[in-house]
Amino acid sequence: MYEGVVQDLIDELGRLPGVGPKSAQRIAFHLLQSDPVDVRRLVAALVEVTEKVRFCELCGNVSAEDQCRICRDPRRDAAVLCVVEEPKDVVAIEKTREFRGRYHVLGGAISPIEGIGPDDLRVKELVTRLASGEVTEIILATDPNLEGEATATYLARLLKPMGLKVTRLASGLPVGGDLEYADELTLGRAFEGRRLLDV
Amino acid sequence: MSLYRDEGVVLRTQKLGEADRIISVLTRHHGRVRAVAKGVRRTRSRFGARLEPFMLVDLQLYEGRSLDTVTQAETIAPYGSGIVSDYARYTSGTAMLETAERLTETEREPAVQQFLLLAGALRTLAAGEHVPRLVLDSYVLRALSVAGWAPSFTDCARCGAPGPHRAVAVAAGGVVCPQCRPPGSAAPHPATIALLAALLTGDWETADASEGPRRREASGLTAAYLQWHLERQVRSLRLVER
Repeated sequence: MYEGVVQDLIDELGRLPGVGPKSAQRIAFHLLQSDPVDVRRLVAALVEVTEKVRFCELCGNVSAEDQCRICRDPRRDAAVLCVVEEPKDVVAIEKTREFRGRYHVLGGAISPIEGIGPDDLRVKELVTRLASGEVTEIILATDPNLEGEATATYLARLLKPMGLKVTRLASGLPVGGDLEYADELTLGRAFEGRRLLDV
Repeated sequence: MSLYRDEGVVLRTQKLGEADRIISVLTRHHGRVRAVAKGVRRTRSRFGARLEPFMLVDLQLYEGRSLDTVTQAETIAPYGSGIVSDYARYTSGTAMLETAERLTETEREPAVQQFLLLAGALRTLAAGEHVPRLVLDSYVLRALSVAGWAPSFTDCARCGAPGPHRAVAVAAGGVVCPQCRPPGSAAPHPATIALLAALLTGDWETADASEGPRRREASGLTAAYLQWHLERQVRSLRLVER
């Protein structure tokens, strides 16, 4: 055990995900030995993030203002809406540079066993957003696991009658992997979604 | 016995650390087992979709102190894809998994009957042979029977007087005769009691022919019976689509 404040710091760091007691101790001593200016910058960033960051009123993504950067950008295609589970997924899709439309963050997936139903997600907000008629295509980009698939099924059933084009991200083989290691379900999906090669 | 092999249905998964999951599996020979599936959340994981809920899998596990570790997994039957494609099937199926988990509270206590019942019910659900809600209710009644809480829908649950009887007392364990009837017993439609009896015995002809209001009444009674014996809430029941 260390003296008061040092131990407090170690305990606080130890509460972060992936940080065990030993790593917490290492980070604490690293901070003690570094330049106070660097530490202040870290403190300022932490304070700023807790005070300034909120959720975009339109899409539910994390944002520093009322509307996030993507919702404010007039160059983004307003006719295509990509539905994702978490703000992390927006970043993952943005990295691909393939998508030029806007997003809608649900805040999770339907999981009855955890007590999470459609009413606990931002489904109502999604339906309200579609009321304007600006959006013509919905891309369901929930996780390709059981909860994500179920959420996509639920949303497709809800949105289809509204006359929208509803699409789901393709599933199949990961690029750079070996075919023999693919599980039956993924390989089966890859067959289902095979495409014509234009050569 | 540090390495062992068994088949089982994946009941629940829960995130662990960066890319791992803890899976809860109802196995044929070892009862309910909790095991770590390492790296399963990575897209390049060799387990892939095999360790998702509803999957019937052949597993090789390494026995650990508190949690086992999954070393190999092969799909026996991918019920998940047939269930998740329909929202009503998904919600009913999830309630079945949660019920199975609650009924096998003690880990590593063999529960062959529960395993066979669950695997059969999931097969029926995935194939879409019957209305999902009926499959769920039938499963719940039978799973409770296997667990030792068999309800009676013909003879009086208290004194055994031959039926049919009109009143249903959840706490007494089914229908009760006018003499045994405790205050506050439900008095459902006679066809509802017939439906409950059909669901318990697996008489699908009667069950499939039942009407909407009777099904709703039977579902309500089944849910009440389940909650009474489990003494805690089954969370997914609230979200089951009728």
